[in-house]
Amino acid sequence: MSALATTTDTGTSRMVAAAPRRSLARIYWLEARAEALKAMRLPAFVLPLFFFPIMFYLLFGVAMRYGALGGVSVAEYMLATYGAFGVMNAALFGFGIGVAGERGQGWLLLKRATPMPPLALFVGKLAMSLLFSAAVIAVLFALGLGPGHVRAPATTLAELAAVLVAGALPFAAMGLALGYWAGPNSAPVLCNLLSLPMAFASGLWIPYPMLPSFLRQIAHGLPAYHYAQLALGVIGAGNREPAAWGVLYLVGFTAVMLALARLGYLRDEGRTYG
Amino acid sequence: MSTKGTEGGEANAGRRAPANGLQGSGRQGSGRGEVVAELEWASKSFGKVAAVSELDFELRAGEVVALLGPNGAGKTTTVRLLMGLIRSSAGAARLFGIDPVRTEARVRVGAMLQVSKVPETLTVREHVGLFASYYPHPLALPEVMAAAGLDGLEGRLFGKLSGGQRQRVLFALAICGDPDLLFLDEPSAGLDVESRRSLWERIAARKRAGGSVLLTTHNLEEADFLADRIVLLDRGHVLAEGSPDEIKARVAGRTVRCRTSLSGGELERLPGVRAVRRDGELVELFAAEPERLVVALLAADPALSGLEVRGAGLEEAFLALTCGLAPAGGGAGTGTKETMAGSRQAGGKEAA
Repeated sequence: MSALATTTDTGTSRMVAAAPRRSLARIYWLEARAEALKAMRLPAFVLPLFFFPIMFYLLFGVAMRYGALGGVSVAEYMLATYGAFGVMNAALFGFGIGVAGERGQGWLLLKRATPMPPLALFVGKLAMSLLFSAAVIAVLFALGLGPGHVRAPATTLAELAAVLVAGALPFAAMGLALGYWAGPNSAPVLCNLLSLPMAFASGLWIPYPMLPSFLRQIAHGLPAYHYAQLALGVIGAGNREPAAWGVLYLVGFTAVMLALARLGYLRDEGRTYG
Repeated sequence: MSTKGTEGGEANAGRRAPANGLQGSGRQGSGRGEVVAELEWASKSFGKVAAVSELDFELRAGEVVALLGPNGAGKTTTVRLLMGLIRSSAGAARLFGIDPVRTEARVRVGAMLQVSKVPETLTVREHVGLFASYYPHPLALPEVMAAAGLDGLEGRLFGKLSGGQRQRVLFALAICGDPDLLFLDEPSAGLDVESRRSLWERIAARKRAGGSVLLTTHNLEEADFLADRIVLLDRGHVLAEGSPDEIKARVAGRTVRCRTSLSGGELERLPGVRAVRRDGELVELFAAEPERLVVALLAADPALSGLEVRGAGLEEAFLALTCGLAPAGGGAGTGTKETMAGSRQAGGKEAA
């Protein structure tokens, strides 16, 4: 039964047959690739992910590019905030809806039954989230640098992009926690219920200085606010809070979310599935 | 119980020694080969519901065992306990002599679980390639495709497959690592007759190649066709255990069919009745001694019609063992297994 490919020349068998023993790097790579392909072929996931940040950025950022906000052009300011919005959604929805759905359908249980390294799943999904985040950021930057007339030193832009993409981490953790506690049907609703108000109150849609004062107070407790401020800080348009505080907040937030996700995972182990 | 001759399996885990034999040669029943899966006095409760109670179970290399029982019997829980997917409330589960959650155990196992939805936007090749990468000695893709009956569908998205093809992909995912032990939880659920038959053939092929299989089913025909040994489960207890023939022999008896106006209660009080199944006026009675029953039946309802006495198949045995145990009936001919199972069940409840 175990005939290890004597048929390595048949092309199709190469993928499975060429590995004499399992290689962790290869598993992580295939897992990430599968996650990316899976999401990429799902228009219901991809389209809103690109459509909303791009539409908002064109309507507000690019259209009002000659205005000024926080000492920079509106187009530059909103590159940071709508960039943050796009990344947050890519990570939160990618993880939240993905994990809740696959968990509820028994798919994650089947994966757990295999010798898959436990982290492979999360590494794969994280790679997918980072990839989509980078893609959203790339499109927004193209719009900003082109029709938006954003002019900034290349190093600043690179730093902004890096901060924005790294912001996928805390929201991926949040999505993971949500995915382990929400059902497959309620997860998309919950993701929207959490992300839309949070984006608004954190100044991702309407710039923070223009928010009503009670929202500005709420903002300081929200992860999306600290994330946006880190991004704005790169271009010198933030609230001049120390970056270390924002980073610390987000690291703490990530840790809490991962702990919640772990609790949810353990809860799953002790219960039945339908 | 079992001697743990499996230390070696733990040390050089990963690869089975096909020398463990059983290649081709008959493997009637247990008593041969290494114990590959084992539950020791295992219990699992979900809230207040005991899904599995003090279950002892053993599966040996090369054996095909069917866990048979109605919904809620504890079949799926048993599989998940054995696979280390849920933790037992008491007792222990082992695969190849070690903790089932260990990678050394998992690389020797493949599973087909009840999955309501598989990611639909990956191709068959992508699904199988990913799962195969988890194993140290996977089968080559063409081999998997052939064994699962998926030739030519490698590039098809999962979402574009028919129901039977989807189930075969799940089978392919289970066997792609060339496992020593295959878990199949309701493998043919929801399949049409033709797809079911073809899946059975593929499972039988695994068995002929020396693989061990544990399958759960509530399809008696399926258990009869595939299994060397059947374990009948009901409400978390083992009701009976043996070869398909033994299961039938244990409940030696006959099915009496007729049309009658007698009520269920009246029928159950007739001598020797072990189970009653009715469909409107048509009634099926299962009894150890049909002669006495027929006499009593005719006396109770002279107007009955369509009387028919048949040998009991696995279906009837199953019915008698799992549902209606009529306590009355003078205990005629009940040195058989189900009374033992009944007393064991009572004992279990006391202990719990």
